[in-house]
Amino acid sequence: MTSPSGSLLAATFDERVDGFFAPVSDVITTIVFFAVPLDFIDEGVELPLIVVWLVIAGLFFTIYLRGFQFRAFRHAIQLIRGRYDDPRDAGEVTHFQALATAVSGTVGLGNIAGVAVAISLGGPGATLWMIIAGLLGMCTKGVECTLGVKYRNVYPDGRVSGGPMYYLTKGLRERSPRLGTFGKVLAVLFCIFTLGGAVGGGNMFQANQAFSQAQSVTGGADGPLGGGGAGAIFGLVLALLVGAVIIGGIRSIARVTDKLVPFMAVFYVIACLTVLFANLTAIPDALWAIVSQAFSPEAGYGGIVGVLIQGFRRAAFSNEAGLGSAAIAHSAVKTEHPATEGHVAVLEPFIDTVVICTMTALAIVITGTYLDEASDPGVQTTSAAFESVVGWFPIVLAVAVILFAYSTMLAWSYYGLKAATYLFGESMVVDRTWKLVFCLFVVIGASSTLDAVIGFSDSMIFLMSLPNIIGLYLLARVVKREITGYRARIDSGEILPVAERT
Amino acid sequence: MPESILVGLDGSEASGRAADAAADAARRHGLRLVLACVVPWSPYSFTTAEENERRPVEKEREAASARERVLDPVVARLSEPGDLVIEGVVRHGHPAETLVRLAREHDAAWITVGRIGQSRVRTLLFGSTPTSLIQLSPVPVLVVP
Repeated sequence: MTSPSGSLLAATFDERVDGFFAPVSDVITTIVFFAVPLDFIDEGVELPLIVVWLVIAGLFFTIYLRGFQFRAFRHAIQLIRGRYDDPRDAGEVTHFQALATAVSGTVGLGNIAGVAVAISLGGPGATLWMIIAGLLGMCTKGVECTLGVKYRNVYPDGRVSGGPMYYLTKGLRERSPRLGTFGKVLAVLFCIFTLGGAVGGGNMFQANQAFSQAQSVTGGADGPLGGGGAGAIFGLVLALLVGAVIIGGIRSIARVTDKLVPFMAVFYVIACLTVLFANLTAIPDALWAIVSQAFSPEAGYGGIVGVLIQGFRRAAFSNEAGLGSAAIAHSAVKTEHPATEGHVAVLEPFIDTVVICTMTALAIVITGTYLDEASDPGVQTTSAAFESVVGWFPIVLAVAVILFAYSTMLAWSYYGLKAATYLFGESMVVDRTWKLVFCLFVVIGASSTLDAVIGFSDSMIFLMSLPNIIGLYLLARVVKREITGYRARIDSGEILPVAERT
Repeated sequence: MPESILVGLDGSEASGRAADAAADAARRHGLRLVLACVVPWSPYSFTTAEENERRPVEKEREAASARERVLDPVVARLSEPGDLVIEGVVRHGHPAETLVRLAREHDAAWITVGRIGQSRVRTLLFGSTPTSLIQLSPVPVLVVP
């Protein structure tokens, strides 16, 4: 970026990508986020139907399964600790591993940037709604993953994989042949939206925010990453790293990130706690703001509905409950009873939203960085909150952001691949084409502006919930039978922990 | 009365000698010989979704290769005289813990393992199967150099 002509050329590349992408994103966003204007509450308040769709699903299953997510907690922890694992199954995928894989796919920028966006646009009160959405999402996730395991697919060569496309087809066909055709349609739609979600929220949003954070810690617009084409170059490097793993099959890189991500997640929570302890006296006020402003927000946040929508929307984006992606990640687990994975999956939104997102939210609310209108809401809001306590925290955050983004991208490349092979069949051509397209979108994501990316990401990811949740409703009875049947056998002592078996 | 002697095999020369020593003892005491090869595996390791999908296939492959390369040659060599009851087992898991579990399952009189002869620094950093075995085992452990 030293020669002026080079920088000019590069600048036009970023702009061109953005110019092409923004209108596409706008059109899709308007359709997906079709919103009912609620002018009678407050000027400009709108209710996006897609968010209602997700929340009602969570609420329905919470009532239908009588608060399953709360009752499942204790048993889920026993399952993760291997108390019910048959020693003969050693060497297969454990409940812990299925959960860890799913969590490393969901703990991403939604937890850092998404929360910041929610609070910047909805005020501190958005936190409370986010937590409530997380608690409801736990139930949806349990339902999805029970079905994911029940109807998973075992390939002729012994590989195991599942997901909404399989329970939509097999599950609905089981109910009636006519529903089977409908299930096929839903499965195809789900796969198309998954491809979009994978390049959107699972890829471009991650690349974009990773670049934004890297740029800001290296000195912002004046730093080495401040030039016009920096986004494209950063994206190219990231794309090469992603490609090295998914195309080149260089497992060692994936293995290193796998080990680092849990470590970074713990460090991230510690960093948030540090911010909280440094502002210990401000905690009661912050908590009060979160609770009181959830119901009567200050002006400018769009009233109670505006706050609620922000909280719900970002929670859904972060924990992916109801989207169906988790069902893909969880379904390889070794178990005799699908309901066991339903229990374990409940913990995923808990870790993601109720613990990690809440930590971010508290740090932002306490330090008040969401009020700063100078920077765009996103990672930088969180970064500023951290910086106010320890000067070098933003650098650690940048590392965490890039790692989270990277692991989320790897996870979504897999979800996308499963969708692509479902649509076009298992073949090397499909595999390679998808992975190349995926890498291309890393570059596009890093060079685009946030608005265009966030709009597209949200819309495609949320679209996945349409076919998926229709399927969940149609299969609700199956899930209830699985879960209550399993719990009855646990209660009666028919299924015992390994240590008590004779 | 215990009915077998358990040997932990890892393909090293020392573990071969351990098997020989255990075979002698088994003849003398009229015990069964259980040869075990444990594929190191942890239920708490972090894996990718793609690895999880392939896991059942990989498990079979690992077990088959352990059987073929480590277990079968020793079983073949020791069963040549034809005076011993020999059983070969392949398991996944933490090596020492799994050997202890196998010792219980097969009612072993003692466990015999080979020494790897690794440096003190390595042992300090990573531990070794014989040392953790000594701490965990309910039966005597015989370490063959």
